[in-house]
Amino acid sequence: MLFCGAMNCWIVSKKRISKNLKTSQHRDTEGAQRTQRKTKASHFFVCLAFLLFFSVSQCLCGELSGFKYSLEVFLEKRARFRSAWLPYLLLLPQLLVTVLFFFWPAVQALYQSVLLQDAFGMSTQFVWFDNFKSLFADETYLAAFKTTAVFSSLVAVLGLSLSLLLAVFADRVVRGSSIYKTMLIWPYAVSPVVVGVLWMFLLNPTLGIVAHGLRHFGIEWNNLLNGRHALILIVLAAIWKQISYNFLFFLAGLQSIPKSLIEAAAIDGAGPWKRFFTIVFPLLTPTTFFLLVVNIVYAFFDTFAIVEATTQGGPGKDTEILVFKVFNDGFKGGDLGSAAAQSVILMSIVIVLTVLQFKYIEKKVQY
Amino acid sequence: MIERRPFLGMFSHFILILGVSLVAFPIYVAFVAATQTAEQSALAPMSLIPGDQLWINLQAVLGTGTSGNVASSPVGRMMWVSLVSALMIAIGKISISMLSAFALVYFRFPGRTLFFWMIFVTLMLPVEVRISPTYKVVSDLSMLNSYAGLTVPLIASATATFLFRQFFLTVPDELAEAARIDGAGPLRFFKDILWPLSRTNVIALFVIMFIYGWNQYLWPLLVSTEQNMYPIGVGIKRMIAGGDAAVEWNMVMATLLLAMLPPGLVVVIMQKWFVKGLVDSEK
Repeated sequence: MLFCGAMNCWIVSKKRISKNLKTSQHRDTEGAQRTQRKTKASHFFVCLAFLLFFSVSQCLCGELSGFKYSLEVFLEKRARFRSAWLPYLLLLPQLLVTVLFFFWPAVQALYQSVLLQDAFGMSTQFVWFDNFKSLFADETYLAAFKTTAVFSSLVAVLGLSLSLLLAVFADRVVRGSSIYKTMLIWPYAVSPVVVGVLWMFLLNPTLGIVAHGLRHFGIEWNNLLNGRHALILIVLAAIWKQISYNFLFFLAGLQSIPKSLIEAAAIDGAGPWKRFFTIVFPLLTPTTFFLLVVNIVYAFFDTFAIVEATTQGGPGKDTEILVFKVFNDGFKGGDLGSAAAQSVILMSIVIVLTVLQFKYIEKKVQY
Repeated sequence: MIERRPFLGMFSHFILILGVSLVAFPIYVAFVAATQTAEQSALAPMSLIPGDQLWINLQAVLGTGTSGNVASSPVGRMMWVSLVSALMIAIGKISISMLSAFALVYFRFPGRTLFFWMIFVTLMLPVEVRISPTYKVVSDLSMLNSYAGLTVPLIASATATFLFRQFFLTVPDELAEAARIDGAGPLRFFKDILWPLSRTNVIALFVIMFIYGWNQYLWPLLVSTEQNMYPIGVGIKRMIAGGDAAVEWNMVMATLLLAMLPPGLVVVIMQKWFVKGLVDSEK
């Protein structure tokens, strides 16, 4: 499969290069050479994208068949009912919704990503991978990639460390632990847009109470003008919302570590810190990796509402994350081809992340 | 507790109290702002002592929307829209995924594996990435500004189907065999045996899905173009759209409190189910 994809791509790019060569024969040789070099470079990228896609699908197939193996083959029901039509009837609602709102739009997105539409939607043109190529040549898109990377790693790392800290101490206390737990989990129920507005109010440059407090420390807070401040604002809001989720999973992970291990270490003279770093944390690694993936997915997609409600990608484009850009380009800018290409790229990112997630779910409990 | 370390015990409480207050602080500020008059909440450092305007503010937003410069529909209506769509999403997801999981587990029929994978793949297509074509489908079906448009595209859920599938697989085979010997058909078995057994899972999933439905933002933002179909999230966004001078923060914060209340109550009251649902739906 991988090989076929690469071959196809190679043939296509060869053909296109020769075609380009023919058309540019009229121009001077230097120009022709330049064109050729340029085409070669761009085709290299297309090939690369193809390769990436196929390797991802390959690894996905492998992963899924492993998954299938563990679920399908060994866990099969002995007792079954027989009916020629009932199972189809039972499946019908879900399949209907799935085809109508998942598969059809996904195919549309794939198809649109290779089309170029004029500004009024009057005519469309098939342009192969031009939308992708122009995306990767587009400074603002690359900047959005960078912003997303910075944003999601900040959210994941800071959020995870904070919740791990809280979970470790919550696991330790005996008295009042259920009160702490209740107090820490309910931000999960607060919707992202509410979180965004809340933090915007706290950090509002003119009347926000936190912004006012910061001024006492000599920090002139202004998230409307300062891109870094705006980024901090959405990171804070995103972390605040996700703490409860991480906390719950860390706490569950900590509580499933056998007490005997910790007791043995304590008898051997290891103090709390030593025990944490040599026993508890290594045993928590699967949970941590799982949460890392979940948090990255969260930062990529679920934070749309936070960004939309607070910074709108601004000031300038300093907080424009990928999902927000898809929405902005597609719905506000009307550039459907580019938005569809962006969606396709995001979809591949989701696929990779989902595969990773499944990988770590299998290994979640390893003691 | 492995050993007694009074200092570490105190330190743990200190850290936890710090964490809880960090988490609670924004909510407290929102609460305080909601109890003040418009002038008080617009002071540069607002006071952190609650005022006495809470009921007045709540009544104002519930009944008429914000009183000031930005016109918006009453928050009561928005909460109703949110409630109906959250319930529709939760109940819809649970029912269609339960039925399809039942079909996948208890029947053998041509195409079963194909359907299984069709449902599984949808895990990888969150609404954010297929948004504009989905929007087009919904508008072609003229479902804009309707509850159906707000909920149906979000209803198909591989997660719930898999949760039920896993659960059905753990139900002892003897139950189905016994039911068959006693002459019960599949639907009877589903109604009298499977449904009562899976009630815990249904409740746990309901809590998660209700919160998911209540907190939707991006999708309603596109599908609801008329004011009377705004769910509360979109409504709040409209309230602050007017820029700094036009925003009446006390009203906005009162609305925020109302928006947080139903899902917050669900989480706190049904904490046990909520945790179970959260952990299960990730498996």
